Amino acid sequence: MSTQQPVLQLQNLTRVHGSGATEVHALRGIDLAVYPGELVAVMGPSGSGKSTLLTIAGGLDTPTSGHVIVENTDITTASVKELAALRRRSIGYVFQDYNLIPALTAAENVALPRELDGTSARKARVEALAALEEMGLGHLADRFPDEMSGGQQQRVAIARALVGDRRLVLADEPTGALDSETGESVLALLRSRCDAGAAGVLVTHEPRFAAWADRVVFLRDGAIVDQTVRSEADSLLSGQVAEA
Amino acid sequence: MSIRHGLLALLERGPRYGSQLRTEFESRTGSTWPLNVGQVYTTLSRLERDGMVAQGGRDEAGHELYTITDAGLAELRTWFEKPVDRTSPARDELAIKLAMAVGAPCVDIRDVIQSQRRHTVKAMQDYTRLKAQALVAVESGGSRERDDVAWLLVLEQLIFQTEAEARWLDHCESRLIRLSALAPTAPASPSASPGASPGASPGASPGASPGASPGASPGASPGASPQAATAPADPADVTTGTPGAR
Repeated sequence: MSTQQPVLQLQNLTRVHGSGATEVHALRGIDLAVYPGELVAVMGPSGSGKSTLLTIAGGLDTPTSGHVIVENTDITTASVKELAALRRRSIGYVFQDYNLIPALTAAENVALPRELDGTSARKARVEALAALEEMGLGHLADRFPDEMSGGQQQRVAIARALVGDRRLVLADEPTGALDSETGESVLALLRSRCDAGAAGVLVTHEPRFAAWADRVVFLRDGAIVDQTVRSEADSLLSGQVAEA
Repeated sequence: MSIRHGLLALLERGPRYGSQLRTEFESRTGSTWPLNVGQVYTTLSRLERDGMVAQGGRDEAGHELYTITDAGLAELRTWFEKPVDRTSPARDELAIKLAMAVGAPCVDIRDVIQSQRRHTVKAMQDYTRLKAQALVAVESGGSRERDDVAWLLVLEQLIFQTEAEARWLDHCESRLIRLSALAPTAPASPSASPGASPGASPGASPGASPGASPGASPGASPGASPQAATAPADPADVTTGTPGAR
């Protein structure tokens, strides 16, 4: 893993809202690198800066200082045009409320970012169908969002986030509107996409969903205060001694 | 843990010998609670003494077989019917530790909470990975299906337990923050404590003085060092152990 280039790098990232007496430091010097194949969960209480971190990582907001490097491009110094291209080609975003376009079918929703990037409609559809198929969602291709359950919509949104060559998915409370079992299936899909080589950042306040990640980062008051890495041992539990 | 009833449940499915019972017990529970064969035989001889199992012949390989008796079946049924007692909780080291950390002079309770949270979430990550594997095994069916399902249920129990603990730790932390914010304090002067003023940073760092190293060193609790920084502004901050906390 360490020999690979990170897909996403945050370097000494700060974000200050307001100024003077009402100044709020939403992020205070965040350093984080996310590698291909890795799912990183960001946990913290509300107001800790989780969502700010994600919107800045996705180029939806700009930091006060520091750098955001996506696939070797520094989006903090990129032109508006470059940034837009990078967001179309490299960054997938998954929101709590799915944000699928209601007038488009699942396949059309997934094809949209490719078409916006200049791919022909026919080729974009082929790619979209392939992405849906690969994620076990082929049967949903021709359904409209209101004909799908929340969990299905969210899985389609993940397919949209990762269609084409994109391999960075930023998920902001993707399970927030789902019941626990459906939320789990969404996480299982996200996990499998990361196992297949994507890099994922998951913002959640639910420990059970964060537990699907390779790494859990704890945010407090805009700073990373701690993190955990899951064990590499395959013989978890089995080596344990019975407790008296 | 009831090895005794576990063995009775396995024997209900037919006569078995000692090491076979051990293997079956462990494959049901994924070796979460490993048994040694000595424990199995000790338990079997006690069950025999109590008339709940009987030795009954040998299998082809010459293993001595145990069979459940009617008394054993009755005991097993009672076990399944009767809820596991939760009204006299076992001693919980973490709860005791946190109770002792409230106001303890030698430690910041928030550090205790965070180090436990890291450990607990990491355990959840490990259980979750095992669960993902178990789900694959269950969904693919197969001859060991009953064991796979049992193992999945055990794993999910471990996940729910650790989740409850992680949530409780989050709750303790925000409870302490709320209490320290509510505590009757002299109005903080804006220059001394702007971060603690409501509205400035909701839920962010009440109780912690903003002067305390923004971008604090990793590993330290955010805006930390309450003893040094906040004691004057928050005389009743429970985390500092100053009087008025109770």
